Amino acid sequence: MQTLIMNVNGAPVTATVDARTLLVQLLRDELQLTGTHVACDTSQCGACTVHLDGVAVKACSVLAVQADGANVLTVEGIGASERLHPMQEAFREHHGLQCGFCTPGMIMAGIDIVRRHGTNLDEHTVRAELEGNICRCTGYHNIVLAIMAGAQAMAAIPAAAE
Amino acid sequence: MFPFTYHRPADLDAVCGLLAGNDEAKLLAGGQTLIATLKQRLASPTDLIDLSAVPGLEGISREGEALVIGAMTRHADVASSALVREALPVLAELAGVIGDPAVRNRGTIGGSIANNDPSADYPAACLALAATIVTDRREIAASDFFLGLFETALEPDEIILRILFPIGGKASYAKFPNPASRYAMAGALVWRGGLEVRVAITGAGQNGVFRWTVAEAALADDFTPAALASLALDGEEMIADIHGTGAYRAHLAGVMTRRAVARIVEQG
Repeated sequence: MQTLIMNVNGAPVTATVDARTLLVQLLRDELQLTGTHVACDTSQCGACTVHLDGVAVKACSVLAVQADGANVLTVEGIGASERLHPMQEAFREHHGLQCGFCTPGMIMAGIDIVRRHGTNLDEHTVRAELEGNICRCTGYHNIVLAIMAGAQAMAAIPAAAE
Repeated sequence: MFPFTYHRPADLDAVCGLLAGNDEAKLLAGGQTLIATLKQRLASPTDLIDLSAVPGLEGISREGEALVIGAMTRHADVASSALVREALPVLAELAGVIGDPAVRNRGTIGGSIANNDPSADYPAACLALAATIVTDRREIAASDFFLGLFETALEPDEIILRILFPIGGKASYAKFPNPASRYAMAGALVWRGGLEVRVAITGAGQNGVFRWTVAEAALADDFTPAALASLALDGEEMIADIHGTGAYRAHLAGVMTRRAVARIVEQG
């Protein structure tokens, strides 16, 4: 067992876990942050995408112990209870989801795309950058539209890009 | 996963101490392949030694006529580095097609080459660009480093510190990714400098990454895609699995090599 201290969605967290615990298991099972999903569990589908020290990672391929001392941001930590994050709002506006299972991963990936490519995204860039996130039911089109629109909206709120 | 003890030492001496006399310990870089391996119970290290807190293993710099990349440097950082793009653009391009964005944010060059997956991209870069792998005890030429499937010249307790890539020449990497895993089904890195040509093939060989010396000789004589028209790798020596036959991979390797050559010719 190991005791970990990290910041999750801006709040300090202490947890004692077996060394084999994955970050996604810590988030879901110990911290009840079930917005981070598990689907393939083999680092392909991206449903488990979270931000670790500011960059998108697949929480099914990171050990919880590797996040000791780190900042972890999940889909629950973006936006606020009164106001959706611009990327979340864009997914709602553009109906960038159907069953919603991939959506948290898509949203976290979308925010990382903005971090790396800026807010003026074209369709080709978004499609290429979503390589690590798989959707079963929307056919991606509205997801791409949502991410492009969410990126534009993030330009208007610089602090939201954090 | 089988149980293991996790360590996160703060310096290289502590890493060496943990490794000493412990052949069952594993170093953890980004973990993008190792953690998947542990989950499948295909590896059972007694100890996992996380290198993330060790200073001096990350970073990209130019030293004389070499581009120096720290072993713990993430793929995303290589791909986006202005220095890499200027000094050795093929390396930035190659790093940018490894896995996917989240994997590139996390995976490291040292971890990739230490693992020597037969389908990984960096082994082709190291071999074709004549890189030198610097460890905590010696310098190993890439041609002596990659020994075979998941096998390298590293001793169990040896630590990769950085990789030196000579600057110069023209190069291109053409990769046919597996649609699901995005590992190379065949990848060809072609480098040309003066009268010398190097061609490294990854993804296809049963023994891992290899130099296609027959193609190198033909290209040294006539650097055009047409020079390769009558050359083919032996399908019997290529990986055959559910994704493709050996003959298919042999064919793909030829196509990728010709594309890489065409791109270099195009660039002038």
